[in-house]
Formats: sequence, C-alpha cells, structure tokens
Amino acid sequence: MRETATGTTRERVAFLLPAALLLAAVVAVPILRVVSLSFERVELDGRAVTSWTGLSAYGRLWVDSRWWAALRNTAVFTGASTLLDTVLGVAIALVLHRRFRGRGALRAAVLIPWALPTSVMALAWAWIFNDSFGVANDLLARLGLIGRPVAWLGEPRTAMAAMIVAEVWKTTPFVALIVLAGLQGIPEEILEAARVDGLGASARLRKIVLPLLVPSILVAAAFRAVQAYGAFDIVYVMTGGGPGGATETVSLYAFQNYFRYLDFGYGSAIATQTTIFAALLAWIVIRLARPDGKEGEAR
Amino acid sequence: MKRAAFAVAAGAVVAWSLAPAAWQLATALKPDSEITAAPTVYLPHPPTLRHFAALAKRKPLGRYLLNSFEASAAATLVAVGAGLLAASALARMSGRRRRRVLFGLLLLVSFPPILLLFPLYEAARALGGVNHPLALVIPYAALALPLAIWILESAYRQIPREIGEAAVLDGLSPLQRLVRIELPLALPSVVTAGILVFIACWNEFLLALTFLTRDESKTITAGIASVGGSSIYEIPWGQLSAAVVVATAPLIVLVFLFERRIAGGLTRGAVKG
Amino acid sequence: MHGGMSAGELVAEGIRKDFPGGTRALDGVSFTARPGRVLTLLGPSGCGKSTLLRVVAGLEAPTDGRLTLDGRPLDGVPPGKRDVGFVFQNYALYPHLSVTRNLSLGLEARGLPRGEIDERIRETAQMLGIGELLGRRPGQLSGGQQQRVALGRALVRRPRLYLMDEPLSNLDALLREGMRAELKGLFRRLGATVLYVTHDQAEAMSLSDEILLLREGRALQCAAPLEIYERPADLFTATFIGSPRLTVWRGRAEGGIFVGGAARIPLPRELAHGPTIDLGVRPEHVVVSVGPLPDAWPARLEVAEPLGDRALLTLRVGDETLRAFSPHRAWPDSLFASVDSARFLWFDGETGRRLESGTAGGLDWCP
Repeated sequence: MRETATGTTRERVAFLLPAALLLAAVVAVPILRVVSLSFERVELDGRAVTSWTGLSAYGRLWVDSRWWAALRNTAVFTGASTLLDTVLGVAIALVLHRRFRGRGALRAAVLIPWALPTSVMALAWAWIFNDSFGVANDLLARLGLIGRPVAWLGEPRTAMAAMIVAEVWKTTPFVALIVLAGLQGIPEEILEAARVDGLGASARLRKIVLPLLVPSILVAAAFRAVQAYGAFDIVYVMTGGGPGGATETVSLYAFQNYFRYLDFGYGSAIATQTTIFAALLAWIVIRLARPDGKEGEAR
Repeated sequence: MKRAAFAVAAGAVVAWSLAPAAWQLATALKPDSEITAAPTVYLPHPPTLRHFAALAKRKPLGRYLLNSFEASAAATLVAVGAGLLAASALARMSGRRRRRVLFGLLLLVSFPPILLLFPLYEAARALGGVNHPLALVIPYAALALPLAIWILESAYRQIPREIGEAAVLDGLSPLQRLVRIELPLALPSVVTAGILVFIACWNEFLLALTFLTRDESKTITAGIASVGGSSIYEIPWGQLSAAVVVATAPLIVLVFLFERRIAGGLTRGAVKG
Repeated sequence: MHGGMSAGELVAEGIRKDFPGGTRALDGVSFTARPGRVLTLLGPSGCGKSTLLRVVAGLEAPTDGRLTLDGRPLDGVPPGKRDVGFVFQNYALYPHLSVTRNLSLGLEARGLPRGEIDERIRETAQMLGIGELLGRRPGQLSGGQQQRVALGRALVRRPRLYLMDEPLSNLDALLREGMRAELKGLFRRLGATVLYVTHDQAEAMSLSDEILLLREGRALQCAAPLEIYERPADLFTATFIGSPRLTVWRGRAEGGIFVGGAARIPLPRELAHGPTIDLGVRPEHVVVSVGPLPDAWPARLEVAEPLGDRALLTLRVGDETLRAFSPHRAWPDSLFASVDSARFLWFDGETGRRLESGTAGGLDWCP
C-alpha cells in the first residue's frame, strides 16, 4: 500500500468506489449487454426465444438501405450543425469577450438555448416552421425572400434544414463558452503589441486572435460533432424522422428497431455501430486538434 | 469593433437567443383566432390565459413538474455526492494518471445515449422500476457524474497542497478532510456542479420517454411530448405553446439567477448539453 | 534607409489621466524628451510611470494635456501610426509565430517591400545577437532571449521614439546587470530617443541622460542623474535616489543652529527655513574614525553589515541612528563620525522641499 502525504492507496480507492460502481452499473455493463445482444436474435413465439446469430446482424446492416440513408442523414446533420455551430459560436464569443455593462444579462441570454430541454424546444421549432402558421414563413415572406409558404417539415431537404437550425440554436452556446474561455486566455499585452505594430482590428483578429483560438475551436467542434452524431431528442420530437425517413438519424433508427419493431438484436447492432463511428469521429477530430500527440489539457 | 456595430451585434445575439422562447410565450397568450391568423400576428391582443387553463385540465402539469423535480434533485444529490468523493481522490493523483481518467470520463459522456438505453430499460423492467420517476435516478446520476467530477476536480486542485498536508498533520482522516476542508473551500464549485447537473437531468428525454409510459409518472420532458394528441391534425398549438412555457419557465429563471456560475462551470470543459 | 533613424523629440504638457472610479493616475505631468537622449520615468509602484508611457504610446487616452512628437500633435493618433516602438515588461511576443515573423509583422502591416523587411531583420538580429533564434518560437526561448526579441521588434521599425516598460525587471539579477550595459551601448549606437520606465533607481542612474521622478501621479524633478543625486528637489527624491538610503534627522532651528536628537549643527547662512528642518546625510559621505576628528560626533556601533570591500555600519549618535560606510574590517564599539558640511542636505520639515542658501531654488526642468 503506497503512502503519500495525503492518504493511502486504499483510502483513495474507497473514495473512487461509489463513482466507479455507478459508472460500471450504468455504462460498462450495459455496453457489454448491448454488444452481446447484437449477436442474438429474440423471437416472440409465445415467449421470448433467443438464438445466437453471430455477426449476421452486422451483415444485415451492410445491405440495409435504410441504414445507409440514416447514416447519410446523420452525416449531413452532424457536418452542417457542427460547422454552423463553430462559426456562430466564435462570433458570439467575440461579442461576449468585451467588458461592458449588462454583460451578465447578455451572457444569460446566450445561455438560455443551452439550458432549455431539447425535446420541449423541438416542439417550439416545429411550430416556428409550421407551413401554414409558422413565423419562419411569415418573416421570410415579409423580408421578400420567399414567394409562397414553405412546407418545411413536409419536404426532405427543408425538414433537414429546419432541424439543423433548431440544433444549432440549442448547441451554439456550448461552443461559444468554450471559445470564450480560449479568448480570455490570450494575454491582453499581445494585442497591445499588435496595435503598436500598426495592425488594425481586422488584421489583429485574423493574424493573432483566430490562430491562437484554434485549439479551443477544435475542442469545441470535436465535442459538438460527437454529440450531434448521437442526437435523438430533436429528431424524435421535431420531425419523427420524416418526411418519409428523410431526417431519420441512426439513433432514431435504432430506437425504432427496439421499440417499434421489437427487433432488439438488430437495434443493438445499430447502436453498437453508431458508437463505433462516434468514437472514430472523436478520435479523428482529436487527432486534428493535437497532431503532436500531446496529452490534452481541455481545462 | 466600433460602438454602433457592437451594439447591433449584441442585439442580434440576444434576439437570436431569446426569440424562440419568446415566440412560444406570445403564442401561448394569444387567442386561437390570432394563432391561426395570416399574416402572423405578433403580439397577443388581448392576451389570454385560456390555453394554460385548458392544458392544466388535460394534463397533470403539476405532476409532471413534481416528477421532474424529484428525479433531478435525487440524481443531483447522488451525482454530486459520488462526485465529491471521486474528485477528491482524483485531485491527489499524479498528473498523467489523472488526465487519463478525466479524458476517459470525457469519452464516456460522448457516447450516443441510444447505446445504453435498452439494457437500462431491461434492468428497470426487471427490478419493477418502470414508471417510477426514481428509477431514473441511478442512470441520471451516472450520466451526470463526469460533469460533476470535472467541475469539482478542478476546484479541489485550486486548494493549495499545503493545506491538505496541514490537515493530515492535524490528524484528520481523509473523510474528515473532505468534509471539513475541501468541501467548504470548494463550496461555490459544488453549487455550480449541482446546478449544471440538475439542469442536465431535468432536460433528459430519451430515458424518460422510454421508462415512463403512464401519464402520472412522466417527467415534464416526456409529458410535453405527448401533448400533441393522437391526430396530427388536431395539434392544439395554443396549448402546446403553453406547455412549452410551463416547462421552460423554471429553467429560464434558474439561468438568470445563476448565470455567472453556469457560464463558469461550462467553460471548464462541460460536455453534457 | 526609408524612415531613417531620425530621433524624435517628444514634448508632453500637463498630462492628466483619470480612471473611471475616480483614481487620478497622472496629475499634470510635463517634460521634454530630447532627440537622441534617454529619459527615464522613475518612481515607486503606483506613481503613474507605466500609465504615462502607455499614454505616450496611445494605448490610453489622456484625460487632459498635449503630446507632440517632432511638433506633430499626437491627439487621437492610433498607436500604430505614432511611429513609436514599445517594449513590454512581459515581452508580449506573438506565441504562435516564429521570431522572424514576430519581427516582421509590423513591417508587413506597413506594406514595406519584402527585400527591405528581410534586410532590416538581418541587421537587427545581428545587432542583438539573435540571428540563430530566428526560426524558433517564443515558447522555445529563454527569458533573456525573449527580451532581446521584444527589443528587436521595436528596433526593426526604426521608430522616432522608443518606449520601454521595465524591460529588465523580469530577468534575474546577473542577467539584468549584463543587459543594462548592453542596453546603454545600444542606445548610444542608435542615437535614439528613449523613454524608459523603471522602479529601480540604480538602473535609472546608470542608463539615463535625464530622470523624471514621479510620485503619486506628480512629477517631482526632471534632471540629469547626478544633478538629482546631488541636488534633489525634495526629501522624497533624496530618499528614493541613492542606495542605501540616506539618514534623515529631524530637528528645529534655534538661532542659526540645527538642534536635533543627535547633534547641534550650524545652519548655512541665508538658508530660508521654517520652524522644523530635516537633515539628510548619505552613508557614502560619512567618515568613520576611531579617534576624534574635528567636528566629529561620538557614536556607538549597533550593527555592522560586511559588503565585501567595505561595510555598512549602523551607528547610534545621541538619540538618532546614522548609517555610514567604512572600508575597515573591524571596529570598536565606540567610534567617531564626521561629515563634510558641504554634503549636508537640508529640507524644510513641513513641505519637504530642499533648502538652499543664496540662489532661489529654481531648478531647471530637463534642460
């Protein structure tokens, strides 16, 4: 037992136990269960009959066009929302960075989208994008940008666009705050030196601020990409995956298999596959953020 | 940025952030005729509370809110409690190991939640806990744990090491040190962690939707989703908006009260959103 | 070479700076920094010297007052257009850029041709001995190297005026001494006008052509170092300049005689004085002897601090303390101390102003 100045190993383990148990019970064990489920098939024949199917569920996935469609939808959703999030998030962070009276109120306003439940606000967005009475159509018409009302949730492309807008609205604060923390880490003196060097505001932004912000931006983008990949709430409530599966994401597809088609094995295969892809995505973006392989300091 | 341009930008940011919720409030207060008017009527004229009343009759809103509160509060206590202990141990670990653990925690929260749904549902069914809001407590606590640990761990590390060593010399056990020294010194962060965990639990949807099928057991997120009614042509938008207002009002108040804490907690790498 | 290395003249009149919340950092400061000379802004922390420098640079706007550089008013001129080079205390190098780019960024912003930029960087790097560091990033440099790069960034623009905000204070003592000499040589070679901020009076003494002494936002004296040393404007200045500090005795004037706790000393004739007088004596002007010299005071040795070639003695004369240097190695407990009367510094007890007999105390202001 190693003794350190402030405690023994055994004490440390004891402190870690409750958290470890919680995580084991809720995360570790279920993950194993899901993976094992994906190798089984449960048939309801009077009662549940389980049979071992090995990797056939994954084989089924490979040729499942609905799965590929869901994957495509998820990719579009993830890419577009992450990109928009990042751009808007940086812009908002720049606005929040200045010291002024009422900054607290502005920050509170910015936080609101993040704090409100996605599922509940999804209804709000469905109403905003309502084809007959929605305010989105009204505003666009008043601005002269559209001639006829758009059936947002009734058309595949526009439904996806509407969903992306809703998602970006909700998650931009998250990016903004992480980038803001990065901004606050840039010493004021460096910008003063740039002023004395004769760089105007735009040059300072482009050549000094943004390059120094790249680590924070990448960290935020990485988180956002992985979260967007697994998005469920917004899809289920706002579009239900429609119209005609045009906005169905992989999470929703898995859910349908679980609770509508009662195909637990297949649903588990989808869920597992989704997680593997999400982990891959995370790994890629993190590699981009830290090409020299140094350990992260996202604090 | 020049003054005027900044003011415009700030105004745009505020408008963008608050407009959807504000629009829901406006809709909830409009009489039906104005809701379905074209072109859109923006301000309720005159405002009416009819939708709220009708909604309250149709759905047990109070029950929903109470369930949400029960589940979230209980989960917050468990998560913060376990988090306090774990973060204390983590803060004392050597740099590399600690970073690995924190990184691992980060990874955990990034998993698509759909992954864990089914086994948790199975377990809840087996233990007879379905349709009981408290069945959500353990899953919620576990999923919020990384967030709590992140915030608490960084707060602990702000405490100078010498203070912990002085406590050891004074003969305090690790638990006593936690309760007498670390907790009081890190109290603001504990509060922050509590707030963020609470919000995350309150907003959770997938597990609530799956676990709670009986109306009286539903949390507000699951309950609202069912306000729509069976037919897609019968969506009572007025009531729906009222439902959204009821569901979001407590959170809006929370945010304005605790905005500094929330912003501070989030910038420490919070992940769950 | 375009822009030349013409050294500018900076005239500051009545600079006042108030901060929101009511703090008055500068209260009507005026001075002239002549071409090719080094003017040091010296004073204790909080005296306003850094604020003054930042006002000159254009990083802060003065609440009142005028600044002109070579006759051209600087009101409302942004920092980038003032033709000044600024060296920050913490260097403020661009962490994500190489040393070369740190140096070139300002020149690029001015649209200088590439050939000229490269030439200037080469020259500056050679002057400062940083040629081998050009490809590295600030994070890979030592403190001393970073400081040179920060200097280089200012040098490379060949500005009319150099502004330096405590550039040596972050270096360790040994490095600081070396850099001090280098800086002095550099200033001479460049023939540049330099406004230099420091709280270290020894640094100011060694580097400056003139010193502007500041206290709580007010300028007390502006003169050559030796002038300030020998003819300080007031008690605060006399105490601030010169290390170790001079000894101060407080007393009354009685019929032409200074009566204090230690001794009775005849006052110089025609010294315009008030009821109370402060007498200042620098340790370096006290002669310590074993036997009584004419006009020597009997003294008891309290503390002896050996400094190598000499020692700093704390003596007790009457009721008062007196600090003195002595080249000897050992001293008896009873000694004698004497001072050449011409070395006495007399100050009015109420106002602190230095008293001089004869000429009315009109001090030149940075001649």
